[in-house]
Amino acid sequence: MFGLNQKDTKFLLIVVALTLLTPFLLNPFPTDSAMAQFNAGYPALMQRFAIYGLMAIGFNILFGLTGYLSFGHAAFLGVGSYSAVWMFKLLSMNILPAIILAMIVSGLFALAIGYISLRRSGIYFSILTLAFAEMSYRLAYSVLTPITNGETGLQLNLNDPRILDGAADTSSLPVPGLFGMKMNSTYTLDIGAWSFDFNVGFYVCAVIAILGFYMSLRIFRSPFGMMLRAVKSNQQRMNYTGLNSRPYTLAAFVISGIYAGLAGALLAAMDPLAGAERMQWTASGEVVLMTILGGAGTLMGPVLGAGFIKYCENIFSKINETILHSWFSFLPDSLESVVVWFFARFVGEGWHLTLGVLFMLIVIFLPGGLVEGGQRIASWWKNRGKDEDSSNQPAE
Amino acid sequence: MDAIILQFFNGLEKGSAYALIALGLTLIFGTLGVVNFAHGALFMIGAFCAVTLRKVFEISKVSLDPTKTDFLGKPLEVKTPYVEAWFGETVGSAMINYSVPLAILLTIPVMLFVGWAMERGLIKHFYKRPHADQILVTFGLAIVLQEIVKYFFGANPIQMMAPSDYSGTVNIGAMLGMDIFYPVWRLVYFFFSAVIIGGVFAFLQFTTFGMVVRAGMADRETVGLLGIDIDKRFTLMFGLAAGVAGLAGVMYTPILSPNYHMGMDFLVLSFVVVVVGGMGSLPGAVAAGFLLGILQSFASLNEVKAIIPGIDQIIIYLVAIVILLTRPRGLMGRKGVMED
Amino acid sequence: MSNKFSRRGVLKSGAIAGSGLLLPTYLRAESHSGFTNAPTGSEVVFGFNVPQTGPYSEEGLDELRAFQLAVEHLNGEGDGGMLNTFSSKALDGAGILGKKVTFVTGDTQTKSDVARASAQSMIQKDGAVMITGGSSSGVAVAVQGLCQEAGVIFMAALTHSNDTTGKDRKANGFRHFFNAYMSGAALAPVLGSAYGTERRAYHLTADYTWGWTQEESIAASTEALGWQTVEKVRTPVGAGDFSSYIAPVLNSGADVLILNHYGGDMVNSLSQAVQFGLRDKMVNGKQFEIVVPLYSELMAAGAGSNIQGVYGSMNWNWQLQDAGTQAFVKSFGEKYGRPPSNAAHTSYVQTLLYADAVTRAGTFNPCGVVEALEDFEFDGMGNGPVLYRGADHQCFKDVLVMKGAENPTNEYDTLEIVETTPRAQVEYEPDHPMFAGGDLGQCNPGA
Repeated sequence: MFGLNQKDTKFLLIVVALTLLTPFLLNPFPTDSAMAQFNAGYPALMQRFAIYGLMAIGFNILFGLTGYLSFGHAAFLGVGSYSAVWMFKLLSMNILPAIILAMIVSGLFALAIGYISLRRSGIYFSILTLAFAEMSYRLAYSVLTPITNGETGLQLNLNDPRILDGAADTSSLPVPGLFGMKMNSTYTLDIGAWSFDFNVGFYVCAVIAILGFYMSLRIFRSPFGMMLRAVKSNQQRMNYTGLNSRPYTLAAFVISGIYAGLAGALLAAMDPLAGAERMQWTASGEVVLMTILGGAGTLMGPVLGAGFIKYCENIFSKINETILHSWFSFLPDSLESVVVWFFARFVGEGWHLTLGVLFMLIVIFLPGGLVEGGQRIASWWKNRGKDEDSSNQPAE
Repeated sequence: MDAIILQFFNGLEKGSAYALIALGLTLIFGTLGVVNFAHGALFMIGAFCAVTLRKVFEISKVSLDPTKTDFLGKPLEVKTPYVEAWFGETVGSAMINYSVPLAILLTIPVMLFVGWAMERGLIKHFYKRPHADQILVTFGLAIVLQEIVKYFFGANPIQMMAPSDYSGTVNIGAMLGMDIFYPVWRLVYFFFSAVIIGGVFAFLQFTTFGMVVRAGMADRETVGLLGIDIDKRFTLMFGLAAGVAGLAGVMYTPILSPNYHMGMDFLVLSFVVVVVGGMGSLPGAVAAGFLLGILQSFASLNEVKAIIPGIDQIIIYLVAIVILLTRPRGLMGRKGVMED
Repeated sequence: MSNKFSRRGVLKSGAIAGSGLLLPTYLRAESHSGFTNAPTGSEVVFGFNVPQTGPYSEEGLDELRAFQLAVEHLNGEGDGGMLNTFSSKALDGAGILGKKVTFVTGDTQTKSDVARASAQSMIQKDGAVMITGGSSSGVAVAVQGLCQEAGVIFMAALTHSNDTTGKDRKANGFRHFFNAYMSGAALAPVLGSAYGTERRAYHLTADYTWGWTQEESIAASTEALGWQTVEKVRTPVGAGDFSSYIAPVLNSGADVLILNHYGGDMVNSLSQAVQFGLRDKMVNGKQFEIVVPLYSELMAAGAGSNIQGVYGSMNWNWQLQDAGTQAFVKSFGEKYGRPPSNAAHTSYVQTLLYADAVTRAGTFNPCGVVEALEDFEFDGMGNGPVLYRGADHQCFKDVLVMKGAENPTNEYDTLEIVETTPRAQVEYEPDHPMFAGGDLGQCNPGA
């Protein structure tokens, strides 16, 4: 089905199901329970999971397949966001033109940067991409402020023209939508103590992310994908056989740049603001970390990595000492303060520490990233079954 | 003319910092092939060695002065540093005054230990792993080191003073018959870095150890076949690199008030410097450091900024791109190092 | 994968057991009393969104201390602090409208994107009805825009750019802190009497929106004094080493250096300017001087002895002697063992002002709160009589001109108050050119 073999079709369907059921999966705890702190099923975060997952999928097409490590992908994210917001300001609040323009602009941007940077390989390539992205960031933050609105970020205004939308009411800012469906409208389903948010924006992101995932699956399995893998394993040999690999790597670079631009456009569509920090090297580094953390070169890994980092950023940073005290209030006072002090180092202002420690633990113990962790659990589960079988055998 | 000479000196001083950081990084990165994202953190730890030493010197006996009050109306606490109590006021206050240069004595063992512990405990297991894994683990380590420093010293910059004899300015134009005043400590930093750079080169050039290490960089396998335990020497190299980074940090504190994420601010820059210099080349890293430092200073001149707005923001990256496109392996890179 | 099935199992059994409880509701905002996150239970949630990581995290933590203190006082714990001196007596220490105040915290990382993500989580997940915080104008403006769209109130804490209540003003956003224009207007007369009216000023400005408004304001007010502006130079944010920007000052013929920098940039540029011997120089027959228009006591401590005698301005300082200040400093100092910063003060006051406005309006509805806060006059909060102007949601109050202390006794009294500039001197019209181009719009109670 869908031009995929049976195994891949099953894989794709599982991914689709998981994505569509995200509002349930991420809200496993009743709303009023103490564990509700760990619920991640609110619209803004679910949207970010889908968007950064999409970006990591795209990054993986370049890095996972060809081994070219770009340290400047955030530039495409930023360019996509700026294009999208300008579209909202000038043309229409419908997200389609914004997305299309963002993909075109980021694609062109990626073509230009890729064409130059791919003349070098290895670390020289990484530094070239980094240099381009850092330049974009610094200019966007300062000199290009008329276009980017600098530090504050490009925002919508009441007096923007919005040609296609006609004269809307001028008292409040319009909300991005898709043919009348507003991105921020949410249907909340309460089941017993649980409540689940179904948000239009999230499902738009999710559908696009699934399409992106499907595209990347097709690329991984295509002759083009084979060619990219060949670049990774031995580019020199490829060149000696008379094959010019540059067009293939450039195509991969542009495709992944468009993925990043699309992600940027979606960020702007969910929340119409484009900030310059989106292009900073730390943002580029974050995508690299997501991909490696999840498992570079695997299909699901980058998405898991993206989810992992965004979860830490949004959930752990919000746990403060007051919450810790309420969790550990059952302990005797002296013990409670020790326990709270200890955990407080890892949450709230200390959430970076958690992130750093987890990075190290994962890469030390799971060399293939989170995906390998999943595989190990799966094989342990299978082997456990087998062991039982084998232990049963002598009895027969 | 004055302005150009001043900017040249500024460039030398910036360049010294870039070159020192890049030198340590290229020992690990360009020669051992380990992508060390924790190198900035090593620089930061060096700087905080100076802060620690001053704080230790300033540990004080607290006595209450009933004639004055603090902000809550309680008697004011008066602090006398123990070093002043023990060594007399002159020696004690001199120790506090000279805490930055004295901190070098603390920094060397601390950084050698940190480098040794990092290599033996962590990096050793990552020589054979892909660069991506090295990035992740060293980045994680950098965050952990930062957060530890933040816990003890807070997030605000901490002012470190150069010794009072070296905190003023000196007329560097006197020989030319001009009046050009330049901060003494920045000149000290330049000479200091020249000594360190010279020392590292001499060490690698003229000692047997250095010879083996250079051989190991060129062809690790053959050196191993000759029965030389190259791994042990690489441990010491790591310690050396950490030491250079730490020394760069400790002496830089009077110029740049240290804060816990100063390492991250220098991290990207130091990678750019190393790569522009060329992978696997120590002289390349030093040359690139000074080149970028000087160009950055001149780009900050108002006359230059008037022609190209914002050039001072991007000059380093622009130069990096131009150099990498005209010279495929940077200024002095060796073929085949980190190219795939 | 195994997780999925167990969760589904949980859901299934939950759905069967609770089939009678299956109550679909509409949009969360519409389901209650017509505004976003209307508090339904016995508690009301505030969102404190401050930088907890990155260069401004100390400032963020000090704001957080103040917020927590304000919540305690609102709930009737502690000594009540400024509730006792506040001119409005609507608050009684029994929560707000009978509801206990609780709060959630978040980390902005001083980045607009992250700050908005954090604020969204407070609004969508935790049901916050008011967001406050900030230590950068870019972040404050971005979060203010978000709150306007989401239909909650934003009580800006530390944000000094003219734009926050100028071209980016929003009906749901309020600022108690002073702004760049006021800094300029308050500083200029003091600078005039201290350094004379025949001065040539050289500006180093952080190259982003706050820096620009600061530069514009201080240049305008010093030029009105008779000073000349020699050069305005933009420096990259976070440059670290400013030497290549300071060196050209030496031969520019300028005799005053104005550093439109904040935070770490201010610490570094000021220290380095002193290292270059600027303050020992004589130019045009006058002593060379340095001015830092916006001071922060946390950063002043970082610059150490370099700030001695350097003029700047502040919104408030703990050394003031009025009853409100003393009450606040006492409760803050007893709880945390240190005097509050002016960031902490504005955070604390904003929280109380919001609570008071809700109580007077009798509702948490943002439109009611906006109405109660607009043109509200109050006193007893440490700044003398204050007006929350309705036209742009900016507070008007006295501004402090500060100077680096010559002989600080500890890290908290590195600055001393030179003059309290009266409110009349820093007032301006809502459509002043530096603030033009903005539109409050209408208050938004949410969908």
